[in-house]
Amino acid sequence: MAEMTYLEAINLGISEEMARDEKVVIFGEDVGGDKGGVFGVTKGLAAKYGDNRCFNTPLTEGLIGGLAVGLGVMGYRAIGEFQFADYILPATNQILSEARTMRYRTKGDWTAPIVYRTPYGGGVRGGLYHSQSTEKIFAGQPGLRVVTPSNPYDAKGMIKAAIRSDDPVIFYEHKRLYRLLKAEVPTDDYIVPIDKANVVREGSDITVISYGMMLQYAISAAEKLAKEGIDAEVVDVRSLYPLDRETLVNAAKKTGKILLVTEDNKEGSIMSEIAAMISEDALFDLDAPIKRLAGPDAPSMGYSLTLEREFLVNEDQVIEAMIELAEY
Amino acid sequence: MKTLKKSGLSKEEMIQAYYEVKRGRRLDERLWQLTRIGKTSFNISGQGAEVAQVAMAMAFEHDKDIFLPYYRDMTACLVWGMTSKDIILGSFGKDADPSSHGRQMPNHYGSKEHNIVSFASTVSTQMPLATGVAYAAQLEGKDYIALTTTGEGSANQGEVQEAMNFAGVKKLPVIFVVENNNYAISVPIEEQYANENMSDRAHGYGFEGITVDGNDFTEVYLTFKKAVKDARSGKGPKLIELKVYRLTSHSADDDQTIYRSKEDIEKMKESDPIDVFEKQLIDEGYLTQADMDKMDEEIRAEIDKATDEAEAMPDSAPESLLDEVYAK
Ligand SMILES: Cc1ncc(C[n+]2csc(CCOP(=O)(O)OP(=O)(O)O)c2C)c(N)n1
Repeated sequence: MAEMTYLEAINLGISEEMARDEKVVIFGEDVGGDKGGVFGVTKGLAAKYGDNRCFNTPLTEGLIGGLAVGLGVMGYRAIGEFQFADYILPATNQILSEARTMRYRTKGDWTAPIVYRTPYGGGVRGGLYHSQSTEKIFAGQPGLRVVTPSNPYDAKGMIKAAIRSDDPVIFYEHKRLYRLLKAEVPTDDYIVPIDKANVVREGSDITVISYGMMLQYAISAAEKLAKEGIDAEVVDVRSLYPLDRETLVNAAKKTGKILLVTEDNKEGSIMSEIAAMISEDALFDLDAPIKRLAGPDAPSMGYSLTLEREFLVNEDQVIEAMIELAEY
Repeated sequence: MKTLKKSGLSKEEMIQAYYEVKRGRRLDERLWQLTRIGKTSFNISGQGAEVAQVAMAMAFEHDKDIFLPYYRDMTACLVWGMTSKDIILGSFGKDADPSSHGRQMPNHYGSKEHNIVSFASTVSTQMPLATGVAYAAQLEGKDYIALTTTGEGSANQGEVQEAMNFAGVKKLPVIFVVENNNYAISVPIEEQYANENMSDRAHGYGFEGITVDGNDFTEVYLTFKKAVKDARSGKGPKLIELKVYRLTSHSADDDQTIYRSKEDIEKMKESDPIDVFEKQLIDEGYLTQADMDKMDEEIRAEIDKATDEAEAMPDSAPESLLDEVYAK
């Protein structure tokens, strides 16, 4: 075990997989050389595994999307980095038209075992284009997996599982978590499944379902409210698509009172789908209407601090919503 | 290097050019200062490109030609009509910021009033827009031109090729510019493209491409003067590559000493294009050192005043986050 950040955990996970399997390669803008990515996630990998296996691409997301598929069909396990989740958009055609359907359209003859990694999320004064939650664009696209870890242990275990997966996986990394969270992480080989939600805290009064940075607020809020007699179950979605229906619905049934928290816009988010699943499978177990706490339906947060704060859900709002639900 | 006399500009125009160059440098220095003392949180500069940007921008008619810039073009935007205060308002993310009213990060210049179209952070997405602007001119039989700029890394995006192709097919009045400063964050040109000059690409789209030394004021000015004349008279687009320096790190979030050698950085700083330009101005009798010092003082006073005024302006009202998501 070693104490490490979310960022270091991802770096270690990738490094272990590159050591284990020489078919693992990683690339993207600024990813190679000594820079090791704009956030430093790939730092040291070029020195360790050579410039052929950890390299810079030109500033071309469309290429990053398709290069990974080409390598994938030839038996490589390609990891393509998009510098920010907002900048996946030029590669959307490659991801949706090529990566997503390779297995299906050949009934498994060809596959695209790819990880597309990308930092996402707000709260870093990034304005519109360095804050967006683009995960909803890739949800509801069968053939793709969309995942996001919310702590260093999962970060390492899930990136390893994503690299070993035979499916194309979009691996979202919350950029505020990169250096915010530190935790004990095993330095030996383990994986965390990329198709399972995780009950992080057992509780009997209400259920809070979230992921990424917002999940951290939910955990902290739950600990605070426990002292005031509200016992919350907290679930980390982790696998944003496909969703782990069983775990999510069971956690909902358990308390009958559900709060869904996302940093994304309220309408059309991952949470909308979770709400639909719960109402299909557990409507008669509910003791209150399903409640969503989310960003407003503005395109994204503004750069100005007043506009960024107005957009982002904060811990106080989570606490308030939890109390309201408990009292319903 | 061509003499300044050869530009054909009057003494007054040449002195104005120097004022714009120097103002661009001093204003950018102020933006860095504000970042360092924690009053603003981000900056990205055009230091090293001021001479080229002024020579470029002076070849256009700012009350009718449309500029679709990228984030290093502050100095060109000043020539187009934006004020120091406009720029600083953007840095503070104030509501009165004409570029985005505090919604985008600093350095995303735009001004409806001055024919400067707003641009996204997603690099080079403004290039297809520029063809749309130029097509509108063609449809209406008007003689305005679109000028659009980007970096050499960003010029590799698929959208740039799509834009140039259409501009060539329709012989549109659009001038594409690549400000080639040798680095895309940390990625050097050798890893970005394989041809000798970026401008060679124009031939593939059926129009002329030209590479110019951005330190050579007269050469840049005359190149654009001709491009403007050609575009205005229906001869179609051009691709102009400006070889410039990037004297600073990529942005306030980057440290170029990680990926560039000390000698490389020192050598570049010694050939600051403003020093070259000043020497030419003195040698050819446009200005004396004393004139320049006096001008510098005036510029500093202008920027101090603009800073105080901009800082005193109100932040965006939180509820304005939802303004203009849709037309009313
Ligand atoms: C589509 C997209 N991908 C990535 C980024 C992140 N990014 C911002 S600037 C930059 C480098 C641009 O380099 P270049 O085009 O050479 O211009 P320069 O900054 O050197 O002037 C990158 C990768 C972005 N803004 N948009």
